[in-house]
Amino acid sequence: MLLIHCPYCDETLPEAEFAYAGEAHIVRPDNPADVSDEEWRDFLFIRNNLKGPHYERWRHIHGCGRFFNAVRNTVTDRFLTTYRAGERRPDPESLPEDGQ
Amino acid sequence: MTHFSALSLLRHALGGNKKWEEQWPNSEPKAEYDVIIVGAGGHGLGAAYYLAKEHGITDVAVIEKGWLGGGNTGRNTTIIRSNYLYDESARLYDHALDLWEGLSQELNYNVMFSQRGVMMLAHSVHDVQSFQRHVHANRLNDVDNRWLTKEEAKAYCPPLDISQTARYPVMGAALQKRAGTARHDAVAWGYARGAAARGVDIIQNCPVTAIRSDATGAVEGVETPRGFIKAKKVAVSAAGHTSVVMDSAGVRLPLESYPLQALVSEPVKPIFPCVVMSNTVHAYISQSDKGELVIGSGTDQYTSYSQRGGLPLIEHTVAAICEIFPIFNRMRMLRKWAGIVDVTPDRSAILGKTPVQGLYVNCGWGTGGFKATPGAAHTLAWTVAKDEPHPINAPFTLERFTTGRLIDEAAAAAVAH
Ligand SMILES: Cc1cc2nc3c(=O)[nH]c(=O)nc-3n(C[C@H](O)[C@H](O)[C@H](O)COP(=O)(O)OP(=O)(O)OC[C@H]3O[C@@H](n4cnc5c(N)ncnc54)[C@H](O)[C@@H]3O)c2cc1C
Ligand SMILES: [Zn+2]
Repeated sequence: MLLIHCPYCDETLPEAEFAYAGEAHIVRPDNPADVSDEEWRDFLFIRNNLKGPHYERWRHIHGCGRFFNAVRNTVTDRFLTTYRAGERRPDPESLPEDGQ
Repeated sequence: MTHFSALSLLRHALGGNKKWEEQWPNSEPKAEYDVIIVGAGGHGLGAAYYLAKEHGITDVAVIEKGWLGGGNTGRNTTIIRSNYLYDESARLYDHALDLWEGLSQELNYNVMFSQRGVMMLAHSVHDVQSFQRHVHANRLNDVDNRWLTKEEAKAYCPPLDISQTARYPVMGAALQKRAGTARHDAVAWGYARGAAARGVDIIQNCPVTAIRSDATGAVEGVETPRGFIKAKKVAVSAAGHTSVVMDSAGVRLPLESYPLQALVSEPVKPIFPCVVMSNTVHAYISQSDKGELVIGSGTDQYTSYSQRGGLPLIEHTVAAICEIFPIFNRMRMLRKWAGIVDVTPDRSAILGKTPVQGLYVNCGWGTGGFKATPGAAHTLAWTVAKDEPHPINAPFTLERFTTGRLIDEAAAAAVAH
């Protein structure tokens, strides 16, 4: 089971308390009527789905109920960091090495 | 290629089974091929087989990063059915089912296709309405599917608990009698053998690290640790790893890769006559010919390539199985594992051309592509050979995510399938 740190509760808790909420930092177009079908497709459907550090959203459903962001290595499932919604996306270089 | 028959089995048995020949060689890559297929799962091997057999294209290599059949083909719970809601899906999966029925003869290789019936349990009023809608839609499409009362369901599958006090009360079931299971490894092996006999090279332990295209945007070949291999056409059929491979060709896909787990019990005498699926509680069960109960669950909630998955999910699935079949309460489980499944937003596959000339993709089969193996392979071979969609795979384009013409089995089933 994954152990996840909620940046609001400041506690590391079992996965069962959390709900995964997909890739993070995908910005909804300000005015959907203005974007092309291709841009709308990218927003709705296209995902990085990468092997390695993945920026993603989680929600502490059985705790504070809030959404936050995390960086997790999708090969090892290890969390590199979690941070509050609205905070800047951490630089890949600033993250700890996986395996620590 | 040895022809398998009762007589040849007997002759080899008398000789102590010492003289069986290799069924396919482990090929070294040539410098160039007409067609390269990335991924030696059932779909990729099958496509190579049909390219050679039906289209006369034999200068083909299937390139596999591990061993053939070691992906989801060798990890799945082998449920085969075709009672999908939408016309497009019904045609594709029923085409596959037609091919399944003759596959052992076609390949001269026993894929142990067993039409023992797949029963889907309804536990709520919503389930009842949704499954009955499926039954009606299926009948209009000439797809076998029927509605059973809970007593009829119990008669078809005696271990089922249909009592009023059950944790997950059974309100009825949809039964596709034509559906069933097959031996997953044998499907990969049978296609590999048939393809190799027609001249296809099967190259194992050779990951494709990138797809290269030329200045005009047409595909040129693939990079591997054993060097660059040129190809006129490349078809990617890499299941959970498709995003990574296609990224190198500049094609971004609407896919997310999740772990999907399964487990088997200790082997016991025949007790379970069919396949039972409960979508509402995410549990699937059948009994293999070896006697193990084969149990599948839903995907883990997070995307991952770890090929492991978490225990909470297994606990949930096993708890559900014990509630629906109290008789299995004290069975011991032997092994559990996971595969990485490639899930699309509408839970339907993507099968066809890509923006790169000469590059084709077959992916998005997610939690349910084993059943499609012969149909996907057969129509993919057509598309690669003729550079155009097959009437059956034509709706399953990548463009549908731009046009909005989705094949929304996700909404139809509301669960993994
Ligand atoms: C636990 C589990 C249970 C399932 N249960 C069912 C079921 O009951 N019924 C059903 O219909 N479906 C089921 N599925 C889904 C089904 O297994 C898949 O949809 C289907 O097998 C996909 O076949 P494939 O040939 O496309 O993929 P795979 O068999 O996964 O083949 C893809 C191959 O590509 C290779 N590859 C990946 N990247 C590269 C690369 N860069 N270079 C070279 N090779 C590469 C992989 O190693 C792999 O061998 C299940 C899946 C899992 C994991
Ligand atoms: Zn919290």
